[in-house]
Amino acid sequence: MSVVVVGGGIAAQAVAERLVERAPGRPVTMLSAEARAPYDRVRLSSLLAEGGDPEALRLRPDAWYADRGVDLRLATPVAAIDPAGRRVETSAGELIPYEALVLCTGSRAAVPPIPGIERPGSFVFRTPEDCDGIAAAAAGARRACVLGGGLLGLEAAKGLLDRGVAVTVVHLVGHLMERQLDPAAGAVLARRMRDLGVEVLTGRATERVLGEGRVEALLLDGGEELPCDLLVTCVGVRPNVDLARAAGLPCERGILVDDAMTTADPAVRAVGECAEHRGVVPGLVAPILAQADVAAASIAGDAAAYKGTAAAAALKVMGVDLVSAGDPSAAGGVAVHDPEAGVYRRLALREGRAAGAILVGDTRGAEALLALVARGAEVSDPLAALAEAARATACDLPDAAQVCSCHGVSKGDILGAIRERGLRAASEVRACTRAGTGCGGCMPLVRELLEAETGEAGAEPAYACPCRGLTREAVVDLVRGRDLRSASDVAAACGAGRDCGACKPAIAYLVSMVTANRHEEERHARFINDRVHANIQRDGTFSVVPRIRGGVTSPEELRRIADVAERHRVPMVKITGGQRIDLLGVRKDQLPAIWAELGMPSGFAYSKAVRTVKTCVGTDFCRFGIGDAVGLGIELERRLEGLHTPHKVKLAVSGCPRNCAEASVKDIGVIAVEGGWEVVVGGAAGSTVRAADPLARVATAAEAIRVAETFLQYYRENAEYLERSYAFVERVGIEEVRRAVLDEGSGEPERLRERLALARAAVADPWREVVERGGGPAFTDLGDDPEPALVGPPPGGELA
Amino acid sequence: MIASGRLVPIGRAEDVPRLEARTVTVAGRRIAVYHTPAGYRATDADCPHRGGPLADGLMGDGCVTCPLHGWRFDLGTGEAVGQDARVAVHAVVERDGWLYLAPPG
Repeated sequence: MSVVVVGGGIAAQAVAERLVERAPGRPVTMLSAEARAPYDRVRLSSLLAEGGDPEALRLRPDAWYADRGVDLRLATPVAAIDPAGRRVETSAGELIPYEALVLCTGSRAAVPPIPGIERPGSFVFRTPEDCDGIAAAAAGARRACVLGGGLLGLEAAKGLLDRGVAVTVVHLVGHLMERQLDPAAGAVLARRMRDLGVEVLTGRATERVLGEGRVEALLLDGGEELPCDLLVTCVGVRPNVDLARAAGLPCERGILVDDAMTTADPAVRAVGECAEHRGVVPGLVAPILAQADVAAASIAGDAAAYKGTAAAAALKVMGVDLVSAGDPSAAGGVAVHDPEAGVYRRLALREGRAAGAILVGDTRGAEALLALVARGAEVSDPLAALAEAARATACDLPDAAQVCSCHGVSKGDILGAIRERGLRAASEVRACTRAGTGCGGCMPLVRELLEAETGEAGAEPAYACPCRGLTREAVVDLVRGRDLRSASDVAAACGAGRDCGACKPAIAYLVSMVTANRHEEERHARFINDRVHANIQRDGTFSVVPRIRGGVTSPEELRRIADVAERHRVPMVKITGGQRIDLLGVRKDQLPAIWAELGMPSGFAYSKAVRTVKTCVGTDFCRFGIGDAVGLGIELERRLEGLHTPHKVKLAVSGCPRNCAEASVKDIGVIAVEGGWEVVVGGAAGSTVRAADPLARVATAAEAIRVAETFLQYYRENAEYLERSYAFVERVGIEEVRRAVLDEGSGEPERLRERLALARAAVADPWREVVERGGGPAFTDLGDDPEPALVGPPPGGELA
Repeated sequence: MIASGRLVPIGRAEDVPRLEARTVTVAGRRIAVYHTPAGYRATDADCPHRGGPLADGLMGDGCVTCPLHGWRFDLGTGEAVGQDARVAVHAVVERDGWLYLAPPG
């Protein structure tokens, strides 16, 4: 069934997501009037506060749409709907047929009919373009006024304050955020805002916007003039219903829909801020996501009904945590009010039953109170209920209590998922239930539930991205499931790497591992060593270690290395522990030339990768040698070199049990024994010293290489990032390693080798790539380029 | 933070790719210029800990981590995370594809 979604906002994106989840491959066309791909409008205020690139708000990268066959058509406004012919007409005149149509036309900012409000310097706050306009005007503004003291108005005020503009909020109603708060809570918030330096005027009407040309002042009721040179109007939104109305679909404030989100026409649904369900037009994300779920289900022919979403919002406004649930206007109930601390907690009652809750400044126990409100529980001692809620742990919550209000996930849903699927990590709960994938505010509660249920108190898994609580498994699933190709894709999909950035090398590794090196290489996601393919030293210089397989070189090669070292005045030349030659103290800008002159492949000594295969002279010269260690070592290195691994991997091959190459303390060691070779894994001789575990004894060099390769890929796929093989083998257990690597009957070792071969086929020599490119900006300072920046650009101006 | 002053052109914006940083010398002072998702930022180039090259660090959306010993700095304020230290921040703007710095006072 072909589905056309009209719109390009959060609702349209949510509908498209649910549609492709339910029926991958179904053709979905999104027609968005905006030129910008769907973005997170909720975070628009952060754009105003912090500035920056609206691209950062994007909900999905281009690849998401391409990979799922979602035809996202931007800047394609729809001019008309033809319900009888089941097709829509774009403003360019193209006719697009549909079998199911979903209207997600959203809303536009309401502008009150105040004389003069159209003057230059007056803005609404709805799109990134509005944001740009406001930011530009703020740069030269002395005082800004925000019309409207609702959630969006306060966010606009915060954004302007962060930009250093003096702000006054003018609100028509007697207290701030009257849809969510009662007067006392509004006063707590107003006080907090005044502390931050925002003027707050409540219960004041604006009569006129004054100015000769641009905005110069507001004329308030009572004749007071409020000077300002920037005005931002945030007094609500108007649903975009013109298209639906013109098509003959019944509309009141929004497009009227039933519980299946269907309009009067069974082939047409409406979701989000343009839709009116049981008299309610949603304004927050949670109900919109719930509606999208239902709409997608009903298109798929599944029974699903949207019964409305309990009015509950957990917000952060001006740095203050707020929770509002139910009907805050219910008169009865009790409140705890500490104006000094900026705390207000109220449980509203109606006829002895919980009707609403408001928490400002201290939101402990919100879930417990929300649960009381949601089921209209009888409350005999409301003060005790408030106090108990503040002490409540996750275990005390009823199963129906909503834990994740973004996605409407209850405690019961989470416990069910933990029990039925045997979940052990918070990231698994996120993946299975979607709890915590919205604002993430419920993750502490999710962890508490997980601990209580599994009895593994505090047993936090090793996270690939600790900031977002994402395990390696969660990232790998995401990369595989959504066919992501870069660390930036992962960041866009789940936020990993955006907060502190420290996990980006881990994420980049996981993407390259899953895609067998068919990933998009991004310098920013790599540690400096991997950006410039050299090892950074304590003084910021680098070391250069060319590939010398098996530690076997030649006079000609040595002469070349010596010449390069002399020519570039390399401060130190040293033989490494891995039988290589290290040129130390090289400046970043010298690197490309040195590589070009060496003409040798990179030794990857700077990378979490297969480093070196150390060898003894084996049967070539040693009178004790019983196996050709040099031949096997060089072949092994040739097959594995350049492969990235969770941590560095050092190998060695010894030609007899005297073990001169010290293979028994390497990540992978191969030792010649009577009648064949022994392969050992998990050895170490660094800060930890560990004798490698015997993995297998085989007859031929080819078999030894095969076992080593299989183990390497098993390690690549299953170790945590930065987990050395000795820790990995100890964690997994050598028995399990043997089963995975040696049980050829299972077919798994063969598959491991196939994936390794795929990855290896895509390995390139980074030094040669840089030399062929002729260096690049990563190796020079800004302004060191052949055309000096200082003479190029137009004359500089003054900073405002 | 340098609030005002004549702007000095320091290079092409395209030479500082998104989420990367470059070093530049302005009036004898080494400056690191970063391209964050929220725009360009600049700090002194050397980590106040042991002089590590901050432009070679890993960036989050709003911070950089020194590649030598992992000190992390907020690119808005220059403050170190978990350390009583800060790195000087400078004003940098992009106009028509060029980056300009307010010269260090």
